[in-house]
Amino acid sequence: MALPGDLDALTKAFSGFGVDENSIISILGKWHPEQRKSFRKGFPQFFREDKRLFERWDERHIAFLEHEFLRFKNAMVLWTLHPWERDARLAKEALAKGDYDILVEIACTRSSEELLGARRAYHSLFDHSIEEDVAYSVNDSNRNLLVALVSSYRYEGARVNEEIAETEAKTLSEAIKNAEKRPIENEEVVRIITTRSKLHLKAVFNYYKEISGTTTEEDLEEGSSLSYTIQCISSPKTYFSKILASALKGSADEKNKQALTRVIVTQADSYMKEISEEYHKQHGVSLSQKIEETTNGNYKDFLLTLVARGD
Amino acid sequence: MATITVPDHTSPVEDAENLRKACEGWGTNENTIVSILGHRNAVQRKQIRQAYEEIYQEDLIKRLESELKGEFEKAVYRWILDPADRDAILAHVAARNAKSDNRTIIEIACIRSPEELLAAKRAYHFRYKHSLEEDVASRTTGDFRKLLVALVSTYRYDGDEVDVSLAGSEAKILHNMIEGKSFNHEEVIRILSTRSKAQLNATFNRYKDTHGASITKSLSGNPADEFSEALCIAIQCIRSPQKYFEKVLRNAINKVGTDEDAITRVIVTRAEKDLKDIKDLYHKRNNASLEHAISKDTSGDYKIFLLTLLGCEEL
Repeated sequence: MALPGDLDALTKAFSGFGVDENSIISILGKWHPEQRKSFRKGFPQFFREDKRLFERWDERHIAFLEHEFLRFKNAMVLWTLHPWERDARLAKEALAKGDYDILVEIACTRSSEELLGARRAYHSLFDHSIEEDVAYSVNDSNRNLLVALVSSYRYEGARVNEEIAETEAKTLSEAIKNAEKRPIENEEVVRIITTRSKLHLKAVFNYYKEISGTTTEEDLEEGSSLSYTIQCISSPKTYFSKILASALKGSADEKNKQALTRVIVTQADSYMKEISEEYHKQHGVSLSQKIEETTNGNYKDFLLTLVARGD
Repeated sequence: MATITVPDHTSPVEDAENLRKACEGWGTNENTIVSILGHRNAVQRKQIRQAYEEIYQEDLIKRLESELKGEFEKAVYRWILDPADRDAILAHVAARNAKSDNRTIIEIACIRSPEELLAAKRAYHFRYKHSLEEDVASRTTGDFRKLLVALVSTYRYDGDEVDVSLAGSEAKILHNMIEGKSFNHEEVIRILSTRSKAQLNATFNRYKDTHGASITKSLSGNPADEFSEALCIAIQCIRSPQKYFEKVLRNAINKVGTDEDAITRVIVTRAEKDLKDIKDLYHKRNNASLEHAISKDTSGDYKIFLLTLLGCEEL
């Protein structure tokens, strides 16, 4: 009969985030037919009695496992791709699924040259420009913002005009407080957010806080594209830390879980150190530790290696 | 095809020295300046600037700015710059000035290749510590702004692949807007500013096949507002840059009190590209050569410089 510890390990290997390959090898690989049979009989959450007298594996669980086995491979492929190709493929997939937050993330957290590179790769991979595909696919009020964001080529120098920043903060404040019209439909808001340099925008957000007493995040609708845009521009590390926290929660859904791979792979050479520190600050536990507790196997080891690069 | 003629062997150092001599002492020897710079391509002009800087520790451009005057100076200044820098300066002047200069921005956005437009935007960052998009956006409003900013921000796919059925459906959208049947400017802006040039030309062809008249003909006549005008210019620039430039030159020359800015802009920016084709079109359209028209309408060193760039040998 199977040892209780073995059963626990296998259960974890079969239900977690990534697959514990070693347990599968050392436990499952060694079991003879009787042991495997009693495993199947003892785990109704994975197997059920079929009327034709065999223990049948639940199909959704097989699909779940395939998914989990793929996590390591997906992470590895994503890591190996040229950053431009990586971002272009992520953008294409995000557009197809309607995940506008991921489009915003790519457009706003990459540097001007990195975003340009992604647009080049997009040409090569898909024979279209990213802006034409976004413009064609997005038919709601998000369109103008998203097209402008993926087309942006922001100035990245240090010069900021404080007067203009203050004026634009006023414009932003009035637009956001205006109950008649949603801020994303306000042309001035879109103009400011999608054309100004990031440094200028940080100044704008500071003046905004001075003027209205609240931050833009507090005043904007949560989960809106505009809210993500401003979060990504004002503090990428805070934004990414939040996403990682959602991914590592017990209740995370598949989209949140995929964010774990995406964020760690795309940020390993950029903001990883700041993100880890921010995560630790916000949650009292180190990012590595949380990953250790929540994920399994090669997938886990790969993520930990990437996170450790920041140290 | 280009119109300037360039000698087989040139020496940047010799050129720099001769330019220096032309600027020294009383007055300036404009003929030397024209005969050297008017026969050098962009790469050579850059080498001359570098050589001049190394030998004399001075910026040749600044020197010429102080020695020369008037339209001649403006023309030489624009000519001697790197193409990307030149575009940035032209765009900056246009973005800051009156409406009539929006043509320049649309020209740069629609006629340059995607990489040239990018180079111009980088040069703009470097010179003005702003992005071209933010400057254009902050000085315009409404649909006009949306169109202009979109045209300037785009990084078009530059391949030849075309979706024929898409060309048909998008030609219809354009037709509806032109016939006044719909006021949906968003779709028109989307199409014109994001599709590749190959795709757009396929769309314009379908338009002509379906409706008999070309889209540019359908748009001609007095445009109702600055948005329509900009639309018209953008379409002309994408469909046929040479025809567009012929028209600009024709209008600039025929205008009471010649528009030297426009003449300089077209000749300086196209002399190394397709000025020959523009010249041919001009001759066909006006029964007179462009050189002849320029000779009549301009004078002095400015005229001689323009004619040199046009490839005139006998001066």
